[in-house]
Amino acid sequence: MNSNWDWDYAVDIFPDILRAFVEYTLTITILSSVIAAVVGLLFAVIRFLHVPVLSQVITGFLEFVRSTPIPVQLFFLFYVLPDYGILVGATTVGVWCLGLHYACYYAEVYRAGIDAVPKGQWEACTALSIPRRYVWQHVVLPQALRNVLPSLGNYVISMFKETPFLFVISVPEMVSVAQGIGSRNFRYVEPLTIAGLIFLAASYPAAVALRRLEIRLGHA
Amino acid sequence: MSDYNLGPWLDDFAHGLWVTIYLTVVSAFFALVLAFVLGMLARVRHIAPRTFARIVIELFRGTSLLIQLFWFVFAFPVIVGIVWTQPVIPVIIALSLNFGAYGAEVVRGAINAVATPQWEAAVALNLTPFQRMRRVILPQAVPLMIPPFNNLLIQLLKSTPLVILIPGVLDFLSVGELYRRSETTHYVSLYIAELVVYFLLAYAFTLILRALEARAKARVGRAEPRRKIFSFRGPSPEEELPAEEKALA
Amino acid sequence: MATHDTTAQPDAAGTATDSQPLIRFDDVVKRFGELTVLDKLKLSVNAGERVTLIGPSGSGKTTILRLLMTLEDLTGGHIWVGDQPLWHMRKGDKLVPANQKHLREVRKQIGMVFQHFNLFPNMTVLQNLIEAPIRVLGKSKAEASEKARELLDQVGLAAKVDAHPSQLSGGQQQRVAIARALAMEPRILLLDEVTSALDPELIAGVLGVLRDIADTTDITMLIVTHEMGFARDVSHRVMMFDSGQIVEQGPPDKIFSEPENDRTRSFLHAILDER
Repeated sequence: MNSNWDWDYAVDIFPDILRAFVEYTLTITILSSVIAAVVGLLFAVIRFLHVPVLSQVITGFLEFVRSTPIPVQLFFLFYVLPDYGILVGATTVGVWCLGLHYACYYAEVYRAGIDAVPKGQWEACTALSIPRRYVWQHVVLPQALRNVLPSLGNYVISMFKETPFLFVISVPEMVSVAQGIGSRNFRYVEPLTIAGLIFLAASYPAAVALRRLEIRLGHA
Repeated sequence: MSDYNLGPWLDDFAHGLWVTIYLTVVSAFFALVLAFVLGMLARVRHIAPRTFARIVIELFRGTSLLIQLFWFVFAFPVIVGIVWTQPVIPVIIALSLNFGAYGAEVVRGAINAVATPQWEAAVALNLTPFQRMRRVILPQAVPLMIPPFNNLLIQLLKSTPLVILIPGVLDFLSVGELYRRSETTHYVSLYIAELVVYFLLAYAFTLILRALEARAKARVGRAEPRRKIFSFRGPSPEEELPAEEKALA
Repeated sequence: MATHDTTAQPDAAGTATDSQPLIRFDDVVKRFGELTVLDKLKLSVNAGERVTLIGPSGSGKTTILRLLMTLEDLTGGHIWVGDQPLWHMRKGDKLVPANQKHLREVRKQIGMVFQHFNLFPNMTVLQNLIEAPIRVLGKSKAEASEKARELLDQVGLAAKVDAHPSQLSGGQQQRVAIARALAMEPRILLLDEVTSALDPELIAGVLGVLRDIADTTDITMLIVTHEMGFARDVSHRVMMFDSGQIVEQGPPDKIFSEPENDRTRSFLHAILDER
């Protein structure tokens, strides 16, 4: 190990790392985001409707999940689900775990977004005798969505950066592939740096775009 | 209880828990220092230090913590030509840098959030920039920083189980896994118990930080009615005006 | 409008002890991006003079104060305080942009009271008053505290020495703010709409304090206000501004009773009709 950076080696391993990025990291992020968005909405609606027992249980559940580590949750699902007859691969477990974990954050974001729509909007609609369903669809939700978009975007980026957690249940996402290459060849600098740069190349523009969106929506 | 065979494991679990807390607290300390250094560097007028801070911040925010962990454990020693005698050290370095970068944004944001009029009053009184920051701005910015810091601290705690992938560092989850592999039963209760332990730790940290926040707010005259455990009397505006005003007219 | 029965009536337009004015604006230009607020403005104020600036919002009156207090950057021209330039410094024969040290040196003579008081919420009233004298003027804590207590007494708030700003009413906070500015012993006091943010019943108290200061000291004052009665009682000169230019100026009696300029007339009409 004379020099610190071997270009041949780097070029050699780059495709494998990139492939893992596209096939796993990106895919996982997208799938988990969808799950988080949908399930989060479900949680938010249940809480909003103040269903007698269910709403409180959900609230407690959200708080609990948000405060506990993803790796532990991953292990929990990975080892416990088969006991209940749910036999799925590690990647599926990972996607659902990440998705559900972030659904708990999304639920909060939705709630805050709806709360942020000024009460006066509701009252004005009542005064004009506009039916509730219409109010939701055309007045409240559009405004709520504008409020939540930046936060949702931020959580997607967070999720993206936490996909490597899935390494603990042996999902072959990019970081585990990079680490594997490193340990096989006893040269860690190149694969890890490449993985890091790919992450940076993906997340930094996304973060910048998100900040611009925030400013445009008047949230800066 | 006998088939759990916890007895011989209790010491190990206790040690694992200690490592988790130790990692969290020590990294949090360094992260805090870094947050202030980077956060304030990022606001300086000179373009060189400001850009440097920006690059460090974006670098550690834009890449994944796990990569940073592996990088410091495996790649860094090769580049610098050293060997880690204690694997905890690169872990703490990575955690501190990562969360320090996020913390820097909190510091920067909070300082910016202190209303401009306070800056102006300090300028009008001819205080130097250093005096302004230390005596007027920071005391008002700190209470604003604490809730986001609380979030970051909890995230830090939640990241510590990643060390299960780092040979040589045995945190609470690592011990749990060793236990599970050797005792091989009762997954559900084991993991639920682990989750509860982490939850309690998170809750404890939150309580401590809420107490700190309350104290910091009181110093700025914004004491609030407390939320859960502490009782707090906030000062209320005095109503003596009519007599005073009349005396002056 | 409140009448004031002590001898607050200023004598003839403030005396200039030297032949030169204390404050001089020399072709001052101030632009905010595309917007030009002050365009080659010339104005001068003598030592001991009290001048009120009136005019519609956006006319530049507050900008003048903020330029003096170095809260805004000067786009063009020169501002002189005494025989020193404020935003520039002498280098041989020429004038170059001032460095921080020079700025702070000249700025020491100027104090400002803000519309929203801007007291430091993390300090008590006393601490607010002694902070700058100790750090900037180098006074000892004992010295600064004694002066602070005197000033608080003068503004009628001796009892509030250890209170927090959040415990005071708006009028009380503003009086503390005035005391805080005076604690720095400035030659020039800038007052930027200091009663505009107060509830009506608290305004008289603050104006009373200011009248007191006018009576008992010969501090130079630049006042931006809508309180015309106060302006009339206390000022030596009134300047009417519009679009960054002085449209008319003169003793208050003249300006308020027989304004010559149309803009002045219509502005005063609008203001006075509101009451």
